[in-house]
Amino acid sequence: MSGAVLAKSEQRGLRLAPEPPAVEIDHVSKTFRLPRQRYSTLKERALHPLRAMQYDELHALNDVHVSIAPGEFFGIVGRNGSGKSTLLKILAGIYRADAGRVAVHGRLSPFIELGVGFNPDLAARDNIVINAVMMGLSRREAKARTEAVIEFAELQEFAELKLKNYSSGMAVRLGFATAIQVDADVLLVDEVLAVGDAGFQQKCFEEFTRLKAAGKTVVFVTHDMHATERFCDRAMLIERGDVLRIGEPREIARAYNELNFGRLVHGAPDSARYGDQRACEILDAWFERDGRRTSEVAQHERVAMAFRVRFHERVAEPVFGFSLRNDVGHTFFATTTEQRAMRTGTFEPGEDVTVRIEVDGVMSPTRYELSPSVARAGTGADTLDLREDLASLHVHGTVVTGGLVDLPHEFEIVRG
Amino acid sequence: MSAPAAELDAAAEGRREVAPDRLAEARRLWALTWTLAVTDWRLRFYGSVLGVLWTLVRPFAFFGVILFVFTEIAGLDKDVHNYAIYILFALVLFTFFSEVTSNSVGSLVARESLLRKMRFHPIVIPLSVAVTALLNLAMTFVAVLVFSVIFGVWPTWRWVELPLLIAAMTALALGVGMLLSALYVRYRDVQPIWDVALQMLFYASSVLYVAFPTVPDEYRDYFLCNPIAALFAQMRRMVVDPHAPSVFFLMGWRVAIPGAIIVGLFALGLWFFVRESPRVAENL
Repeated sequence: MSGAVLAKSEQRGLRLAPEPPAVEIDHVSKTFRLPRQRYSTLKERALHPLRAMQYDELHALNDVHVSIAPGEFFGIVGRNGSGKSTLLKILAGIYRADAGRVAVHGRLSPFIELGVGFNPDLAARDNIVINAVMMGLSRREAKARTEAVIEFAELQEFAELKLKNYSSGMAVRLGFATAIQVDADVLLVDEVLAVGDAGFQQKCFEEFTRLKAAGKTVVFVTHDMHATERFCDRAMLIERGDVLRIGEPREIARAYNELNFGRLVHGAPDSARYGDQRACEILDAWFERDGRRTSEVAQHERVAMAFRVRFHERVAEPVFGFSLRNDVGHTFFATTTEQRAMRTGTFEPGEDVTVRIEVDGVMSPTRYELSPSVARAGTGADTLDLREDLASLHVHGTVVTGGLVDLPHEFEIVRG
Repeated sequence: MSAPAAELDAAAEGRREVAPDRLAEARRLWALTWTLAVTDWRLRFYGSVLGVLWTLVRPFAFFGVILFVFTEIAGLDKDVHNYAIYILFALVLFTFFSEVTSNSVGSLVARESLLRKMRFHPIVIPLSVAVTALLNLAMTFVAVLVFSVIFGVWPTWRWVELPLLIAAMTALALGVGMLLSALYVRYRDVQPIWDVALQMLFYASSVLYVAFPTVPDEYRDYFLCNPIAALFAQMRRMVVDPHAPSVFFLMGWRVAIPGAIIVGLFALGLWFFVRESPRVAENL
């Protein structure tokens, strides 16, 4: 799949070689000066005329440099406060860069969020007109397109309802339906897919596909790695205003997850631990992909899990076990050497052992926590050491089926 | 979404760096201003039974009280022809001025969510405040006209000057409004200062009395330097009493002073606002 994406972007590069980039971000930096005292008053200035205002400097963006080709779907990902929205606002012309230059070729959508100017006390119909005018349509065009918007949003029955009586999902639908009416070559989109039910999300995806086919350039800020992998031609990961990486969405999604979940685990306080750890202790646990430690894998990739044990006493036939929980705390998978009727052998004091299993990539995209355990032979209830949630794994992918596992399967359709 | 021809155009435009279409920009500016103004106007009395009619209540209730106090108690109406209609006009116009300016003060801060999420010139916001106030003024004028006729003051051909006067008033209010709204982003003190200033202006602006002959001769020239007072003096001649002296007669060449103040304040407000506008969104 990655090969296909690469080929596609190369092709695009060739075809569009003579065209200038749609968006050029040329060594852009942005620093916010936050006054120590938020509300400066004239009195204060009058009383202390010589005291310089004190500011805390917040480096929101440091030397961001990238150019985006026409027709490209470009994702900007990063954690909260990484500067991605600031970058989008600079692109939109809402904020001004301190250094560097931004050039946009073609008409730029002037909004970065859905439903700008929505007023809770007005009916949906009026809000569509307001929102569309905000986005640059004339009042006449806005009125002419109102029906189409309502139809797209599937809100015919609620067109006269005041917006305050809408659910947040319905409001987003209305916002999205209006937003796609704007005629722009370059669209800036900040976190569209945060709300909305599955059916509407699907519709948004279709709309994205259509935009892509129409050759629109879309700059897309998101936390959603599924969407990034599914739509973006390229993506950029930023962290604390620095560009960490620009590249293929898959690679960026991986880096983003590593950044998020890797850090999360290291910073986590010790989870629950059982057993007295006198006879042995579990030192570490981790996931592996292709023989290397990892905290994330793509959907359908084979993954191994392992832990390391140090024995302090002689233990015969200990029972090693793995248990895997998903993000909502269901034990998704569990296994022990005893259940597999496997002999483990006898271990001497001072001996270190690594226990590993490898599984097929049937886990659906979400987060998993690994709890390794060692127990004395017999009932298996005599725990020597059990550490809950010692390692975590993020499985990311583009297809969320709603099922817990992706079992390998074939369809068979028989008529008659 | 757009025809292939349109896409080609856009690409051609793209090669010329960013070439904003001035006319389209201006059209969008106006569409935005109008939409914001009308929405605001519709929502101001949202949920009240009388709705927009409440716009009339404040000036007219005030008018009733003032008329009683100043004619029956203070006796300011002596020697003033059509005193009641004069103060009615003056009140309505001053209410317009105070509405534009005091609503402008916090307007940028109140529209923060728009300014931070969309690219448009922030000048739309004080402009829309002025347009909303103009809509209110138009409403009120209908009632004022009815009152005038009841009090025996019929419109004459001189009233055609009225739009000019309102235009001058709007320019003044808008200039001050732009200045205040941009200042307020930096200094929150602007709000209480302006509340006091408006009150002072109200009494200094011959809303309740007339410039001639009530104001003593030795002060009158200084007094009429206040552009609002000058406009009201002119309004009196124009609307209620053709025999009242015009502001040109009262001030001579010095009429240029209030004129220059209007032009100057408008220019200052516009200059300061435009200077501040690129960073308004981040300073909010």
